[in-house]
Amino acid sequence: MRILMFGWELPPDYSGGLGVACNGLARALSKKLDLTFILPHRTPIISPSFKIIFANLDQLDLTVTPYSTFLNVSGNLIFGDLLKQVHQYAQAAKKIAGNIRFDIIHVHDWLTIPAGLAAKLVSGKPLVIHVHATEFDRSGGFSVNPVVYAIEKTGFEQADFLIAVSNYVKNVLISKYGIPEAKISVVHNAIDTSDHFSNASPVTFLSQARASGHKIVLYLGRLTLQKGVDYLLSAAKIVLGHFPKVFFVIVGSGDMENQIIRQAADIGISDRVLFPGFLKGEQRDQMFKSADLFVMPSVSEPFGLVPLESIVNGTPVLISKQSGVSEVLKHALKVDFWDTEEMANQILAVLNYPSLPSTLRDESSREVSQLTWSSAADKCINIYNQLLNIEH
Amino acid sequence: MPATCLYFQVHQPWRLKKYRVFDVGSDHDYFSDNTDSDRNNLKILHKVAHKCYLPANKILLDLLNKHPEFCCSFSFSGVVLEQLETNLPEVLKSFVNLVKTKRVEILSETYYHSLSYLYSPDEFRSQIRLHDQKIKKLFGIIPKVFRNTELIYNDSLAQEVEKLGFKAILAEGADHILGWRSPNYLYSPPDSKIKLLLKNYRLSDDIAFRFSEKSWSDYPLTAPKFASWLNKINGAGDIVNLFMDYETFGEHQWADTGIFEFLKHLPGEILKHPDNSFVTPTLAAKIFPSRGELNIPNFISWADLERDLSAWTGNSMQQEALRHLYSLQSDILTTDNQQLITDWRRLQTSDHFYYMCTKWFADGDVHKYFNPNSSPYEAFISYMNVLQDLKLRVQQCNNVTM
Repeated sequence: MRILMFGWELPPDYSGGLGVACNGLARALSKKLDLTFILPHRTPIISPSFKIIFANLDQLDLTVTPYSTFLNVSGNLIFGDLLKQVHQYAQAAKKIAGNIRFDIIHVHDWLTIPAGLAAKLVSGKPLVIHVHATEFDRSGGFSVNPVVYAIEKTGFEQADFLIAVSNYVKNVLISKYGIPEAKISVVHNAIDTSDHFSNASPVTFLSQARASGHKIVLYLGRLTLQKGVDYLLSAAKIVLGHFPKVFFVIVGSGDMENQIIRQAADIGISDRVLFPGFLKGEQRDQMFKSADLFVMPSVSEPFGLVPLESIVNGTPVLISKQSGVSEVLKHALKVDFWDTEEMANQILAVLNYPSLPSTLRDESSREVSQLTWSSAADKCINIYNQLLNIEH
Repeated sequence: MPATCLYFQVHQPWRLKKYRVFDVGSDHDYFSDNTDSDRNNLKILHKVAHKCYLPANKILLDLLNKHPEFCCSFSFSGVVLEQLETNLPEVLKSFVNLVKTKRVEILSETYYHSLSYLYSPDEFRSQIRLHDQKIKKLFGIIPKVFRNTELIYNDSLAQEVEKLGFKAILAEGADHILGWRSPNYLYSPPDSKIKLLLKNYRLSDDIAFRFSEKSWSDYPLTAPKFASWLNKINGAGDIVNLFMDYETFGEHQWADTGIFEFLKHLPGEILKHPDNSFVTPTLAAKIFPSRGELNIPNFISWADLERDLSAWTGNSMQQEALRHLYSLQSDILTTDNQQLITDWRRLQTSDHFYYMCTKWFADGDVHKYFNPNSSPYEAFISYMNVLQDLKLRVQQCNNVTM
């Protein structure tokens, strides 16, 4: 079986979980079938283990990322450039689809939907759209970009099948896009433990702080509305009232960065909140290894891979119930993002009762080792087989 | 023909309400959830009483009236009795009516359905005494046979219980301790005279766990079928011990599975064979000889596949909670403050630690079914927060009196 897969980004040049997820899935699939992965731009790739074709579009502005909330402003210059690329990608897809042989088209999120539809038009092959996030997630439900929504809706309707990364996403597809349930399967994301195995040592300052009896609570991710970091800071304020020796480390950047820094000052906990900025690779692992607890307080999280990375690095996690990953992760603390008192209650328990983080660590690392991309790939292959059986 | 020995366990814990760290120091009312959740003890008690205790008691009373040969036994935790006494006296009365027939034996256990034997032999003995007093007060009898919480058992426990004057003790007929031997005989622990009754877990679990399992090859289980299995044991045993939670009837197996019909007809079907009979544990200990010594140095129980202590003490949260709880013992008892001592003892009930079990949690099995908390972690957090409050109260109490 031959799969033609369109993506937008792969590590190390990525702005969120999309590239990581595409890479994990494509690598696992390529071990089981013939996969060609298309990328719009020529970017450095970390030792690709599958065939990649670059569409080589004009690199107008790569600083615009598919998850930036700038996209909400329809018609502005940056969005216009991105949209132009999306359509150029579709033109390129037509050529590519005319030149190589394949049985199934598999694309990821709205940026690749026009490319997928173009390839389907040229070849008549079935199209699978893998939905990692919808416009509703990216915009937090406010000011949904009508152009993006239209591209998504057309794609979802014309695709032969949809894969949602969680039931959370599946429900959005049904309720907001009117897609029949029978056309959607959930394939949860996974993690390749070996990708994150590192001998990274903890950050010196943080390990010194721990040696002097301090605890470290970590957030790592974009600083945007949907990530709910403001709720974490409210919880932090409560925590510090009961347990003063904690540092809250907020890693990442985004359009809420200044607001978050201001909030920490306003509620008087600036000296307990550290903002190291955006980190990647080994530096991320170092952060995980420095922390007693990782918190993902997302308001809306279609999946959320970062908690899995944290667990692989030996740090237990507290995640919001409003996340796709909470559907597959049982051995985690869970909280409604808005319930900052309960969030503080659970953080304090981790800080006060040592057997809680140690049990979470043992159990969650065992659990995460079962969440493999190989089994996610098997689920995709089942879907491919069903589509091809219908065809013949 | 083997005699059938029925023992039903009746127990409801004092479940903790959701207790946050912010409640420490101000809220000392740990067991009073009145929400619609499964932490609401009164709600659960009502549910179980109406689904199980009342209908099952009615059937048993009819059976006792109909078959003079029929008898059975119960063990009640002290904590379920006090809940019934306060909230549902009519249900308690229906149990008393069964006992009044003189063919229903009551067993001894630790009042608080606790793991105290593992952590404090003194506390273990105190709780047996408290339980004796409760049974005497409510039923007018003193138990002669002991069963420990969740059938937790080993040789030294049996010897301790023998010293307290009990004639027999119950345990799980676990494969790994029986080896080639049959659970259908009585045994004795090494160097002891106390009789050991072992649960026939296959036949017990056919009723308690598999009764409504449609994928089971013997589904559906009927009273004649079950009686025919007992008849087959002919010559290969003195006794068949069917030990199970009483909540099996109507609560674990719902009425629509036919479990009550099964119960209604089972004694009659068994007694159709003229050589068959029913015994209570005390009668069994009197009439059947011990067929040999059984060495059980390591703890066994009736829980899970492992039949060990791992459901309550298997992970480090459970161990930390238990260590913390029992470290308070001498300070608590010194206060002589009845409310404090009672709260501390209610926190000893094994269910609290069962809720913290992470084994199988991901599979969502029986542990989850019985857990009013959404995760073992939440159970642990509330529990530990409560212990913090208890500790503060003890300190205040001891400071004031000093």
